[in-house]
Amino acid sequence: MLDCTPKEITERKSGGMINPAKTCQPIGAMYAALGIHKCLPHSHGSQGCCSYHRMHLTRHFRDPVMASTSCFTEGSSVFGGGANLKASIQNVFHIYKPDVMAIHTTCLTETIGDDVSSIIKTADVAEGKLVIHANTPSYVGSHITGFSNMTKAMVSYIAESTLPVKKEQVNIIPGFVNPGDMREIKRLVKSMDIEYIMFPDTSGVVDSPMTGEFEMYPEGGTTVEQIKDTGNSQLTLALGRFASSDPADLLNKQCEVPAAVLKTPIGIKATDALLMTLRNSFAREIPKELEIERGQLVDIMTDTHFHFHGKTVAIFGDPDIVTGITEFVLSLGMVPVHVLTGTPGGSSNSAAGSFEDDINEMLTTAGITANVKSAGDLFTLHQWIKNQPVDLLIGNTYGKYIARAEDIPFMRVGFPILDRSVHSYLPIVGYQGAMRLIEMISNTLLDRADRDAKDEDFELVM
Amino acid sequence: MAEDNAGRIAERDGFIVTKGKNKKQLQCDTDSSAGCVSQRACVYCGARVVLNPITDAIHLVHGPIGCASYTWDIRGSLSSGAELYRNSFSTDLKEQDIIFGGAKRLNAAIDGLVEKYQAKLVFVYSTCIVGVIGDDLEAICTAASQKHNIEVIPVESSGFIGNKSAGYRAAGDALLRLIKPSEPIVKSNSINYLGDFNLAGEAWIIHNYLRQIGVELNVTFTGDSHYTALKSAPKAKLNIIQCAGSMLYLAGKMEELYQIPYIQISFLGIEDTAASLRKIAATLGEESMIAKAEDLIAKETARVEAIIKGYRDKLQGKKAAIYVGGGFKAISLVKQFREIGIDVVMIGTQTGRKEEYETINNLVDDGTVILDDANPAELERFMMEKGAHLLVGGVKERPLAYKLGIAFIDHNHDRKHPLSGFEGAVNFAEEVYSTVCSPVWKSLSKSGIDRGVTDHG
Ligand code: SF4
Ligand code: SF4
Repeated sequence: MLDCTPKEITERKSGGMINPAKTCQPIGAMYAALGIHKCLPHSHGSQGCCSYHRMHLTRHFRDPVMASTSCFTEGSSVFGGGANLKASIQNVFHIYKPDVMAIHTTCLTETIGDDVSSIIKTADVAEGKLVIHANTPSYVGSHITGFSNMTKAMVSYIAESTLPVKKEQVNIIPGFVNPGDMREIKRLVKSMDIEYIMFPDTSGVVDSPMTGEFEMYPEGGTTVEQIKDTGNSQLTLALGRFASSDPADLLNKQCEVPAAVLKTPIGIKATDALLMTLRNSFAREIPKELEIERGQLVDIMTDTHFHFHGKTVAIFGDPDIVTGITEFVLSLGMVPVHVLTGTPGGSSNSAAGSFEDDINEMLTTAGITANVKSAGDLFTLHQWIKNQPVDLLIGNTYGKYIARAEDIPFMRVGFPILDRSVHSYLPIVGYQGAMRLIEMISNTLLDRADRDAKDEDFELVM
Repeated sequence: MAEDNAGRIAERDGFIVTKGKNKKQLQCDTDSSAGCVSQRACVYCGARVVLNPITDAIHLVHGPIGCASYTWDIRGSLSSGAELYRNSFSTDLKEQDIIFGGAKRLNAAIDGLVEKYQAKLVFVYSTCIVGVIGDDLEAICTAASQKHNIEVIPVESSGFIGNKSAGYRAAGDALLRLIKPSEPIVKSNSINYLGDFNLAGEAWIIHNYLRQIGVELNVTFTGDSHYTALKSAPKAKLNIIQCAGSMLYLAGKMEELYQIPYIQISFLGIEDTAASLRKIAATLGEESMIAKAEDLIAKETARVEAIIKGYRDKLQGKKAAIYVGGGFKAISLVKQFREIGIDVVMIGTQTGRKEEYETINNLVDDGTVILDDANPAELERFMMEKGAHLLVGGVKERPLAYKLGIAFIDHNHDRKHPLSGFEGAVNFAEEVYSTVCSPVWKSLSKSGIDRGVTDHG
């Protein structure tokens, strides 16, 4: 694309996308399903979709991503995919021996109208094995919606309220974040000495250790027992409303577990909110070790604030991540001038509110006016930047084209990151994640300052 | 589907043979079984990879967003000029389009894009959904073509109508429409180069050789090609084909329509590169070319052999497993491995054809496992059984190999260094060496830190 984007902004009548800032539901559903222990995600549709979704996840996580497919042929798309799906269910349990098979649909199967839940009901599934499904047509929502929908399916198929009194335990729906982030959230909750169930939980699955053996089902993932037990918890924390609030709502309806919808805990404010919610709901003290971490973070923020103050920034990516990053860079004194997500509004039929409202509210409080858009694409972002350049671009790998064309420092966060490694292991959430973000932002800005400095302005100490 | 204790799928038996052991014919070119973890892609994917390197075209995907997102600039096809092809255009179909048809949205998208980018050429790819809702791509493209007075070509690539090879055909049909001359052809002395997509600049290496031996190159399908160059394709007097899987169909048609004969060549490895240059010169029949080709081969072979020998000494006796897209590439790889002292112990493809598997069978040693459309469990099983040190494959196979503690090189879309020609042979040897002989394998310890150093090999 490098620099084909015209500067002049004209009205877009087509509604088509140029350089999308989102992708389709099934990949989100596949990722969520990987977060169940011994689960094989299954793509009900043609081979191509499944192959792309696995490829993309593989590129981001650099770990094997397993999923089976119904392998549609022309016949199945005319006569319906019932036979293919039944054969698939049989074959999958027979050959790959998962505990759970998590089916998601593709555009094709949605369009021809396969009724997946009735097909599952009439399929014979062995004792102790489980088949769940989510409808994930890609002409609605985005990969974030897909993640939300598959997590909803975990609730509707598995969660149960079996006890008269709720247990002193918290459910945590982490949203579409990296396994490194999930680990960090778990660490925070654990150090508060609170029992928890995180679902889905891809840590240990897509960041599994090297053992010299290929394991179809690595050790990680939430077990079916645990998901079932979420119905007995006292509280659900939905982290990131776009990816997590719908399943939390459903769990409330189904099992009367109240839900608190919080931001993805990126940055100091959102991490505080997470810990305070836990403290208040479970009458625990914040442990010393977290107090120290927070103090260190504040120390770092004061040590470095002058690097950030007044710097303009453009942020794009998944709505929950963008919301968290926006709040954090505001707390550093930066000025977000373009904020965009590809995911539309909230997830389908969700109570989740509007991305644009959320962001605008934060910006208004900070006295900033900006371009803010949901359901946007990177063409739009590029045009905005051409018309109002920024000091820093933050987003997933696809931002590199804009960064190069406009010669802007660029920091990679979110999904997908296809051209760098290690990112999926290291958290951006929690106080430690915030420290890492500060390091990443300031290194990006300072490396650039060093590069651009004239000889006489070049300094050892910044 | 029955299965034995080793987790083998009985239905898959026909797709796996061991050379020397059984006389049976390998099955290939069929659909995968429902419920399998297949490594295969779709028709759209096949069509897109062939056409995408046309640098000044708008590649518009008519469908929901995913199909376009996943194919956004993943090929590494380099351009010496236009960059338009590196964008991702999609009609991003919505629910109401699925119900009422996507024609309106498609029209608007074409209009908007043509206005923004002033392109001369638009490809409109159909995805699965379009095949089902039944938009009349042909009519829409024809109308758009007339309206804007440019070429708007439909690519019938609904994913479910077959696998990647059906996509190659769809791309071939689109190319045939594009190159159809409106005036009588004036033949030239030049040749077309088919089946090089200029990954990591590979087509440029070959252009350079052809220039050196005095061959006039007309156009490459489709690496670093553009509208005007492709239009001139019918005037060539010979087609040479590198990637047969994707280009045989087109070459056959061009022979039929424009009387351009074709020959298959391969620029992978020293042996094949030298043989191909000789073959081209001999086919064109010019004495001076034959002599220049010999000069080039002698000079280049001497230069690179010395380097490769260094690697061969270190790699001698290692074993490789191959799992790539097409059969032709697999064949070249066997020979290339031989050049660096490595035996192939397992070889498979996603879309190999019968004749290619026969060639493979003749080429490999007894005991080599040959398999079609494999799944990860099979790849694992045979690599372990055969003691492979290295796997050649694509992006999905990479982490699989690494998890097994096996070295890996990418011979598909993710390659970062050219692997064609004499330069490519050196890069290949170097890449194999750097992964097979990397010290990281020494850190591999199955059961804990104390096991310390394990030797890879
Ligand atoms: S058809 Fe739908 S599900 Fe498949 S890749 Fe395209 S957008 Fe995604
Ligand atoms: S929808 Fe069809 S065309 Fe698109 S990726 Fe899936 S199989 Fe391929």
